[in-house]
Amino acid sequence: MQDEFLKGLLESFEYLEERPSKDWPSVKCLSTRLLEFLKQMRDERGFDMLSDLTAVDWQEETPRFTVVYHLYSTQKHNYLRVASDCSDEEPPSIPSVTSLWEGADWHEREAYDMFGIIFTGHPDLKRILMWEGYPYHPLRKDFPLAGKEVELPAADVAEATGEKVRPAPMAGGPFHAPQGGRMSASEPRGSDESWNEKLEKPTGE
Amino acid sequence: MANQVKEVSIGDVVNRSVEFEEDLKGEIMNINVGPSHPSTHGVLRLKVELDGEAVVKVEPVVGYLHRGDEKIAENMTYNQFIPYTDRLDYIAPLANNVAYVLAVEKLAGLEVPPRCQAIRLICCELARISSHLLGVGVYGMDTGALTVFMYTFTEREKLYTLFEQLTGARFTTSYTRIGGLARDLPEGWLGNVLNFLNQFEPVVEEIDKLLTRNRIFYDRTVGVGAISKEEAISYGITGPNLRASGVAYDLRKSNPYCGYEQYDFDVPVGSKGDCYDRWLVRMEEIRQSVRIVRQAINQIPDGPWYAEEAKKIYAPPKSKVLSSMEELIQNFMLVTEGPQMPAGEVYFEAENPKGSLGFYIVSKGGGVPYRLKIRAPSFCNLSILPQLLKGCMVADIPVVLGSIDFVLGECDR
Repeated sequence: MQDEFLKGLLESFEYLEERPSKDWPSVKCLSTRLLEFLKQMRDERGFDMLSDLTAVDWQEETPRFTVVYHLYSTQKHNYLRVASDCSDEEPPSIPSVTSLWEGADWHEREAYDMFGIIFTGHPDLKRILMWEGYPYHPLRKDFPLAGKEVELPAADVAEATGEKVRPAPMAGGPFHAPQGGRMSASEPRGSDESWNEKLEKPTGE
Repeated sequence: MANQVKEVSIGDVVNRSVEFEEDLKGEIMNINVGPSHPSTHGVLRLKVELDGEAVVKVEPVVGYLHRGDEKIAENMTYNQFIPYTDRLDYIAPLANNVAYVLAVEKLAGLEVPPRCQAIRLICCELARISSHLLGVGVYGMDTGALTVFMYTFTEREKLYTLFEQLTGARFTTSYTRIGGLARDLPEGWLGNVLNFLNQFEPVVEEIDKLLTRNRIFYDRTVGVGAISKEEAISYGITGPNLRASGVAYDLRKSNPYCGYEQYDFDVPVGSKGDCYDRWLVRMEEIRQSVRIVRQAINQIPDGPWYAEEAKKIYAPPKSKVLSSMEELIQNFMLVTEGPQMPAGEVYFEAENPKGSLGFYIVSKGGGVPYRLKIRAPSFCNLSILPQLLKGCMVADIPVVLGSIDFVLGECDR
């Protein structure tokens, strides 16, 4: 039944592409037609709830960032995954869906905060989990697990105490063996080696 | 201006002059609620703009408990992340454990044996009772009824004792594993749960008598903070809060997992979506959870409690690891490289006490997720606050916050 649904979708919207998925029907949509497509899904196909909105950083691939929407139908109880690539520039951008779902507001702020994706048309795009003025986007793959040294957000407190924020050292983070290769050749180690016993903690620039 | 006398009759509000309206408007006062404030249930901060007693604007500030769980998940194996799920909704850690492993098992295409499913289901429902007990207890406190809290916390204490017997920990349970559980049920545990339920049911009715028909509670909650059906869906609100708004949305019924379809239970649904409805829905869900746990205990299947055939996913029992070469290698590979997953993407949502807890996993194969996104119900439920609190009175803020029942550990991740 899900296959038929997906087939129907691909037939009626020529700008869609099928995406590999292990569970729910999944399509890839051009970012220029995204709003139009999602509106139709919401109004005509009954996907009335935006369950989740997030982004994935593909590192070396182009375009680098993909935004993934999970729609849910409160009537038919099924999901639809819609993915859309961001523009391939810095900062990456994609149209905001806050006009369709109020709940997209915070999700988009989070994706902006964590990945630095600009959602054009968002009423108040600012950081949500990190503090205002924080310079990095921590869920990008090039951001080290150990974090980077930054100034204390409250300048007056920093001045009074003379302290910067000092996170607890993680020395390479949680440990597991590298994937592939000979087991005998390697000890289990953290996948993020940007800060360990030998290397200094990465500084801002 | 104060000496000028103006005659205004009641009911003439619409026609009053612009000048007079300006007089009525007081100075806007900005107050800061939290991040460390008893009514914010954690570290939620609200920037509130007040005009006298009326709330003009509210801006929630979250993120004080942000630990970067999603970044951490990308750097460790699937099993290593289980303890981190305890710390999402730390009021119901067992339910998070189950939701997370179900998502990973969906990625692996693995189904666990019936006994394992039934144990997980009992865990989920006990976690729901525990979470709702805290929810209604502190909700009572927020409305000024201190006694309810004493009742619910006595019961939660007993639940914690049961969790300790089962998992070895009262709070951070980490009970599930990909493909099974950490251990089978301890001897006599189900009997202990039944004993607990037998003495718990009358207590629920007592809690009910304390508040449900209480005049003061009634006045403080009925009609306050109402969320309409359409609004709730548009904001992505889930769980008891959505059901209170009249949407019969329950993933246990509509997209069953852990064998929920085998059990008989009702989904309580509210009509107005106000604070009072949210109380009623939670109270009824406690009763329904008791009903489910009783059924599950009565028909708990025998047999294996972990997926024996999934050798690359579930670590073999310790006795075998110490005596057999093949199991030793298996165990070593699992601990060092992690359970091996195929490449692909899955999204799984479970009906947690606070709402739908979702995990979106992108895998490129191997033992570590490429991306793991946690869809936290409290995050979505809190996003409606600016809309919900606008026009309320100051005294309504704690009531509305209490009725939404959120956990910041999950919201901030």
